[in-house]
Amino acid sequence: MAHYLPSTDVQRAEMLGAIGRGSIDELYAAVPQLLLQESGPNIPAGLSELEVTRKMSRLAEKNTVFRASFRGAGAYRHYRPAIVDAVTSKETFVTAYTPYQAELSQGILQSIFEYQTMIAELMGLDSSNASVYDGATATAEAAAMCRDRKRGVTLISETAHPEVIETVKTYCWAANNEVRVIPAKDGLTDLDELRKNMSEDVSGVYLMQPNYFGLIEDCEAAAEIIHEGGAKCIMGVNPIAAAILRSPGECGADIAVGEGQPLGMPLSFGGPYLGFMAATGAMTRKLPGRIVGQTTDDTGRRAFVLTLQAREQHIRREKAGSNICSNQALCAMTAAVYLAAMGPRGLKEVAAQCFSKAHYLARELEACGFKRRHDAEFFHEFLTECPVDTAKLEEHLARHGILAGAFTHGGILWCATEMNTKEEIDRLITLIKEVA
Amino acid sequence: MDLLFEKSVMDRRSELLPPLDVPETALPEQLARKTAPLLPELSEGDLSRHYSALEKRAYGVNSGFYPLGSCTMKYNPAVNEKCAKLPGFCEIHPLQPESSVQGCLAALALAEEYLTEITGMDRMTFQPAAGAQGEFTGLMLIKKYHEARGDHRRKKIIIPDSAHGTNPATVSMCGMEVVNIPSDEDGCINIERLKAAVSADTAGMMLTNPNTLGIFEKDILSITEIVHEAGGLVYYDGANLNAVMGVVRPGDMGFDIIHLNLHKTFSTPHGGGGPGCGAVGCKNFLEPYLPYPVVTKTDNGFRLDYDRPDSIGRVKGYYGNFLVVVKALAYLMTLGKEGIPLSAKTAVLNANYFMHLLKKRYTVATTGVCMHEFVISMEREKKERGVTATEIAKALIDRNIHPPTVYFPLIVKEALMVEPVETESKETLDEAARVFAEIYDAAMEDPGAVHACPQTTPIGRPDEVAAARNPVLRYRREDNDGA
Repeated sequence: MAHYLPSTDVQRAEMLGAIGRGSIDELYAAVPQLLLQESGPNIPAGLSELEVTRKMSRLAEKNTVFRASFRGAGAYRHYRPAIVDAVTSKETFVTAYTPYQAELSQGILQSIFEYQTMIAELMGLDSSNASVYDGATATAEAAAMCRDRKRGVTLISETAHPEVIETVKTYCWAANNEVRVIPAKDGLTDLDELRKNMSEDVSGVYLMQPNYFGLIEDCEAAAEIIHEGGAKCIMGVNPIAAAILRSPGECGADIAVGEGQPLGMPLSFGGPYLGFMAATGAMTRKLPGRIVGQTTDDTGRRAFVLTLQAREQHIRREKAGSNICSNQALCAMTAAVYLAAMGPRGLKEVAAQCFSKAHYLARELEACGFKRRHDAEFFHEFLTECPVDTAKLEEHLARHGILAGAFTHGGILWCATEMNTKEEIDRLITLIKEVA
Repeated sequence: MDLLFEKSVMDRRSELLPPLDVPETALPEQLARKTAPLLPELSEGDLSRHYSALEKRAYGVNSGFYPLGSCTMKYNPAVNEKCAKLPGFCEIHPLQPESSVQGCLAALALAEEYLTEITGMDRMTFQPAAGAQGEFTGLMLIKKYHEARGDHRRKKIIIPDSAHGTNPATVSMCGMEVVNIPSDEDGCINIERLKAAVSADTAGMMLTNPNTLGIFEKDILSITEIVHEAGGLVYYDGANLNAVMGVVRPGDMGFDIIHLNLHKTFSTPHGGGGPGCGAVGCKNFLEPYLPYPVVTKTDNGFRLDYDRPDSIGRVKGYYGNFLVVVKALAYLMTLGKEGIPLSAKTAVLNANYFMHLLKKRYTVATTGVCMHEFVISMEREKKERGVTATEIAKALIDRNIHPPTVYFPLIVKEALMVEPVETESKETLDEAARVFAEIYDAAMEDPGAVHACPQTTPIGRPDEVAAARNPVLRYRREDNDGA
């Protein structure tokens, strides 16, 4: 058995002697003795490091790592600069706790402050928090930010990611708040339906940019309708697309949230990812979770601290708007290093390549009978009809190391990023023709 | 030290991508963003030095003794990190065909098997991303259970006043009401008060055992029985499981639901504040309400079951912080049947030994043995000499010790909550006790001396009031131009 206990038996005996006890078991005298697990839990005996490595590698090898992927649907394969892992593997960043002791934690606090700045910039809004769990929970938290005594209904567009809609519904069910889904028209949020649903009890409206089908929504028009109805506009944003699309700030959003995974996080079977949240100045004090602020120390030097803590659960207890404590700090640092490594031009280049490659892929697919279902402009994903047997298609592509688009809404949701070479796309088309 | 933005030089960049190899498609102008985001322009070397400098201004478990109470800052094994970096785990898309993710599903199933055995639960979900979200999920299970039985009166959750602030905040998120009950002096539940607090509208109770003063609730069986008899469920806040893992099971104590912090008890790192995993376990009768999807065994492997009509729903995207579960699984495999209880027992021994050493000067809030942690009160020293918990904490920083948790639990005045954990050696504890004693003596002799601490850190004590009064939450170029 391996373990990480430095004490030797002799030292344990010395320590027991010092506290005047004969055995460690005496320390558990308050535990009802019939409940004690005399022979330990019923799990296998401990293993050496080599055995653990072998076992875990064997588990990992049971999964398929596809050479090429055209599947996104909320989780995206992007190039992760080598510096990202180099920085975020630094032991002190990995093993530190939440930066409560500011004097000992300036490195982590400053990195979060830099992250907050980059997120606020990317969203074109005033402020950002230090992160929440993921894009879906960020949306649920944003919905809660908008509610007050008079307005408790959340509207969410049908074109949002299904898992986001489901998560918001769960949070709202818990808090006894109503959620209404605004139907889609031609793959976009139906703005007439939105207008019809605006009532005096609507607190916030969520739509996603680009939406689940990859389409670019008219968020500016939506924000206008939402504000006319006296509610807040929450935009769910793909952070890569934000490099080139009109920003939430430019569209008039009050809150921007999203899934930060594309900013340097590996796919990791769904997590850990990163929920980001940005807000206008008017909404800043309603942001949940940790926020880092700049101040000075006792000699006037610049210092960073966790701030606006009066919002939070450890102060407000049952009156807090959220119970969130720490969340995804190392993922926020990942995003910050990614954004800094890419810089403004690099990030724009990633977005532009995604756009061009997805459009090339769409044209090539269209030419072999995979018609796009919607006409609206798209970013790096689009839904097509599938003229062939889907199971056969998926299998044939998988045999050649390619992960097909996601099968959803009776079609295929294809995604292309800067990772997909022209050669890969052409090969995909060749393979598809073999199935057809 | 300068911010990334202050080090930025226009047009400095690294080439990370090859040129576009397909015909360019331009984004229609009316969709395009008008103002470019202010991102720094730096070389890779600039970035490397920037973050190395930041790392020096941080403190991790790797840096030194970290007895932060209630946070279980144990050593984070390197092999865990190595396993979580395997391409067969990190390069897997969450929506791949089930046949291509059998290893991931097997890892989740195995972690569930080990952890349900250790906790005495029947099923477990790894979807919650953190302890707070685990609590939220756990309370939703309680809400759903009563709702499913048509018992709509039950809206009240009993919480001892020693509880962590997330407990009451979670109750509010679930549209329920908090019933606070005052604890006894040792932080334990007063049975008579509990009896008086339960009623036909009790939905459940949230409890940490050992409690936040580090004491095991000796009446735990009566406590869970009283709540059950009143028709409520009992929720175990797993924050303090490290004292009892493999020794006694919350399921056997009568708890119906538990959340675990894999990032505390099961050695996955805290990451400066996440990512963690707030796994939630429950007894069989609550299994239908768990978040979907649920990993289910089939004849030839595993599948994800989404057909869960009674589920509370989804609490997060996909299946939770999967790589965190991988790290915890590596730890469980390493320690195994003997190592898990031995770690718990060593944590308790270390805490009692360290408490014994500190007691020579400091006042411990409880009497008798403690479990994995204990709480010091500086109330008397504050009254007599103006020496507060903060003063001790800040002085420890200058001696390369991370301070204990300060001012929690709320029921102890001037609290310092100390959790020495099992991965610290006797030498470390002896040395730390010597430092604690020196600081105490110096502070009591000359309270002004510790007031200037810390002095070895990049900054002195920050002005938190100014930070909150006039929030500066981001860098703005215009604020700093010409400054």
